[in-house]
Amino acid sequence: MALDLILLIIIVICAFAAVQMRDLLSAALVLGACSLIMAVIWTRLNAVDVAFTEASVGAGITTVLMIAALSRTRRGEEGGEERDMGWVHDGAANKRFIFRHIAMLIVVLVTMGVLIYGTMDMPDFGDPDAPAHTHVARRYIEKSREETGVKNFVTAVLVSYRGYDTLGETTVIFTAGIAVVLLLRKQRR
Amino acid sequence: MKEHTVIRAVSRILIPFIQLFALYVIAHGDLGPGGGFQGGVIFGASIILYVIAFGMKDGRKVVAEKTSDILNSTGVLLYVLIGLLCLLAGGAYLEYTSLAAFFSGGEHSEHAKHLASHLGIYGIEIVIGITVAAVMITIFFEAARHEDD
Repeated sequence: MALDLILLIIIVICAFAAVQMRDLLSAALVLGACSLIMAVIWTRLNAVDVAFTEASVGAGITTVLMIAALSRTRRGEEGGEERDMGWVHDGAANKRFIFRHIAMLIVVLVTMGVLIYGTMDMPDFGDPDAPAHTHVARRYIEKSREETGVKNFVTAVLVSYRGYDTLGETTVIFTAGIAVVLLLRKQRR
Repeated sequence: MKEHTVIRAVSRILIPFIQLFALYVIAHGDLGPGGGFQGGVIFGASIILYVIAFGMKDGRKVVAEKTSDILNSTGVLLYVLIGLLCLLAGGAYLEYTSLAAFFSGGEHSEHAKHLASHLGIYGIEIVIGITVAAVMITIFFEAARHEDD
């Protein structure tokens, strides 16, 4: 329990650092670290397949692709230095600055309140009566072995029961690849 | 990174093992964690490592533009074809157990159905792996800056 809490706190710190950083390369790397810790949390929740995906896709390939995209642009943010100088010796500008920040704070607090209110209705962790466990999950766990002949029922759900959805997912990935080729490949004649 | 001898030497040793691991992950998706998506990403990453260590031009020698483009669409095409094969065998779209019709006539035994389902799932895993690996390689090649830019 303590370990989970520490991991979650590290994730929040990583996310905060990634937003605050001026150096985009470091921000991409910190996001990768964030994903890797998320993968550890998935493992602790016994969701090994999700953890595997998070580690390879979230921490691995996404970071690499972001760095690849960075190689086409500059490493720092544009005009990063001047942007944060909120407090100047000018009464009207200072009032606008304060007003803007208070408005932002209210929006953030309201959003946080709504999200926390939303989590109150959620079932407890591991609750056997949770909606996710009462519909098809039992069938998948008990019958997938004899119905599909596959031992890992995550794979059974992904490829066999939900094969049609996976076809859609594969098409999405394919479309992404084609779109990148169409947009970025140099036109030759 | 042309002058980094250490990186080149290390990646030369590592890449075969990464690729072997990728194939293991794809092949063992039905027994343990993993499957086409993860294996494909790992395989794509091995090629990307090669490109980072040896440069775009040498990378394109390993995976030509045409190869990755063709593999991109081959995956989805084969996925759809496996689905159609199930229709042809008399089942529903992507109902792998119907594939048993191809190797056991008439009434299918439980064993034949399991085998058919297994084959279908293997096929889909491999096909997803091809798509994901090819798309990751393509996106990296197109997104990273080329030396002649």
